[in-house]
Amino acid sequence: MGASGTEVSKTTYREAMREALREALRSDDRVFLMGEDVGRYGGCFGVSLGLLEEFGPERVRDTPLSESAFVGAGIGAALAGMRPVVEIMTVNFSLLALDQILNNAATLLHMSGGQLPVPLVIRMTTGAGRQLAAQHSHSLEGWYAHIPGIRVLAPATIEDARHMLAPALADPDPVLIFEHGSLYNASGELAPPTAPVDLDHAAIRRPGTDISLITYGGSLTKTLAAADELAAEDISAEVIDLRTLRPLDDAAITASVARTHRVVIIDEGWRTGSLAAEVSARIAEGSFYELDAPVERVCSAEVPMPYARRLEEAALPQTADIVAAAHRAVD
Amino acid sequence: MPSLGADMDEGTLLEWLVGPGDLVHKGDPVAVVETAKSTIEVECFETGTLTELLVAPGTTVPVGTPLALIGPTAEKAEERRPVRHVPKKGKPTAPAKPAAPPETAPVPVPPVPSAARQRAHIEAGPLVRHFAEQSGVALETLHGSGPGGRVTRADVQEAAAARAAPGPPRVRATPLARRLAAELGVDLTTVRGTGKESAVRAADVRRAAPGPAAPASPAPATPVRPSVARPSAARPSEDRAAAMRQAIAGLMSRANRDIPHYYLSTTVDMAAAMNWLHEHNRQSPVGERLLPVALLIKAAALAAREVPELNGFWTDDHFSAGEGVHLGVAVSLRGGGLVAPAMRHADTLALPQLMAALKDLVTRARTGRLRGSEVSDATITVTNLGEQGVETVFGVIYPPQVALVGFGRVVDRPCAVDGLLGVRPVVTATLSADHRATDGAVGARYLTAVARLLQNPEQL
Repeated sequence: MGASGTEVSKTTYREAMREALREALRSDDRVFLMGEDVGRYGGCFGVSLGLLEEFGPERVRDTPLSESAFVGAGIGAALAGMRPVVEIMTVNFSLLALDQILNNAATLLHMSGGQLPVPLVIRMTTGAGRQLAAQHSHSLEGWYAHIPGIRVLAPATIEDARHMLAPALADPDPVLIFEHGSLYNASGELAPPTAPVDLDHAAIRRPGTDISLITYGGSLTKTLAAADELAAEDISAEVIDLRTLRPLDDAAITASVARTHRVVIIDEGWRTGSLAAEVSARIAEGSFYELDAPVERVCSAEVPMPYARRLEEAALPQTADIVAAAHRAVD
Repeated sequence: MPSLGADMDEGTLLEWLVGPGDLVHKGDPVAVVETAKSTIEVECFETGTLTELLVAPGTTVPVGTPLALIGPTAEKAEERRPVRHVPKKGKPTAPAKPAAPPETAPVPVPPVPSAARQRAHIEAGPLVRHFAEQSGVALETLHGSGPGGRVTRADVQEAAAARAAPGPPRVRATPLARRLAAELGVDLTTVRGTGKESAVRAADVRRAAPGPAAPASPAPATPVRPSVARPSAARPSEDRAAAMRQAIAGLMSRANRDIPHYYLSTTVDMAAAMNWLHEHNRQSPVGERLLPVALLIKAAALAAREVPELNGFWTDDHFSAGEGVHLGVAVSLRGGGLVAPAMRHADTLALPQLMAALKDLVTRARTGRLRGSEVSDATITVTNLGEQGVETVFGVIYPPQVALVGFGRVVDRPCAVDGLLGVRPVVTATLSADHRATDGAVGARYLTAVARLLQNPEQL
């Protein structure tokens, strides 16, 4: 199966995602990809480059600029037995399709008394850090994680980019995949999976005993860097990658807090009402007697994302912020 | 806390609609109060400037407790200042009224016994207040030993010491530290905290633990957690429903015990009224259409004006007539229970206004936003169970009123009219009246008036 043979190979997040799509298109006739510029242009972020040539315009479909229409079409196709993968260019445009996602995709199974599952996958780019200014830098995955009836994934590693799509397509319910824009160029070695990939568990990206750094998606790299810095100061940080934002892996969070008793949550969303707030609340509810310090959060500044590079950097969670928060909890 | 009904002896202040410094006028809604029966906007009794709120939202206080202090209006206060008169260009010199007699004493809302007021208003200097705040002593709980009952610093100190004595001071400790201290048998008050603001943390407890040095990275695999489960309290809405049931039970028992009711009933021909109503509604937009109940209420109100002996209150063994006809309208609430807010001067309202007033009253009664005057002012009450399908209702009088008028459903019945048998719409009008205040003849006069008024609907 393509690049995911049996050997370790060098690849990028973008190529891993493309390989996952290629595998899905090859292995199941019901799978097709549609979205703005996914065909001739190869995808706004180059993820689907070459797939049109390989699979033809029936299965790699360019759509008009109407998120509501093509997400709705995806829902219809899923209801009719297909396994559509819909790409929305960036999360801000997904707001135009929010009605389809929230009122149709997420509810039809319930509204039909279990008769109409919607096996749809929606991929979209999220996050800031690329000087795309206030309208294309949102991290709204926390909003989507609020909605019952859908699953929300945030692949933060090349492995997850490569291997999350197949179980997402196998899920009988709508799955939203949030790909952080800063990750597409991330390169690394991809080993063949050693265990079946599941969508139910958070991952410990680095074990530790003094503090838990809980994060997901685009903030994972910065958090791992912070853990390195903390290690140099003899503070052993455990890094938890949530991977699935809905449903949250409560057990993993609880177990980590029970090991470390201190927590920093890193979330690129705005602090108020953020996913970090939800995780923090769950820790207060479920791990209160394990806490040896108040929960710390590192989130984006509550401003429209600035265009200027320095200002954008200042508005986003950075490694130094994570280290400082960890110190507040530990010292 | 005003009495918002004969059955009210305490109320919960839910919300202030005004704040200190606000100018309030007589009749302005100033606060929202929850009684056992409903949520009511309390209207101010005085005009002036609100100087101090005495009762915090969420507090339940007995009827008669002062809620706030009102001082003279700012304007009037101004007048008392030495006049520094700067003549303005183009403005005829019209010096303000010669200084009015100074209004000094703040006016409590509502007037209350002076003892209660003294308790609420504490004589204490700013320094003493500051000191009390710092040491967490509530001034109103102190008995002042200074001149004129003034609270002194020594009083506060004494109270602070007494307060500190019973238990050890609360230790700042993290939840984990508390758990560990309990597990390891460590007295938290003896542990020196190394956390922020000297908070005791897990490591501090481990260091203080007796016996073999506690393991550095510990946490038993399945820690025993203190049970935090508590029997869940009844939900507030259930409490509320229960409280309302209690209040109705108390009031109705009192009515049945104290009031010697007599009951009258008559059947009223509604043909003219219904025909007129049909015609009116046919020519009116949907929003302005009338229901039969509007005619019934108007007739009941006009009849009350004609028979003032039934419109008023029986208090202290004598009858006092109401000032104006404020018709209480019994409204059943969706969650169960009943309120009977007053439609003020119902006898003077034209039918469309009356219909609008009725809709408004019912809506607000059901959403829990009635005004205080509406809840306590009714001079006579109407209950209309026609909507519920019954034909006759004999109600229990709402004390201290002396009469309750009941209407059933308007139904088609065979009737003798002008010597012939015909099918006519009729309604049964009933009267429950207080025999202490009136006799049957007065009641009969009332029901006859109602029946007569309903024959000329265009004049209602």
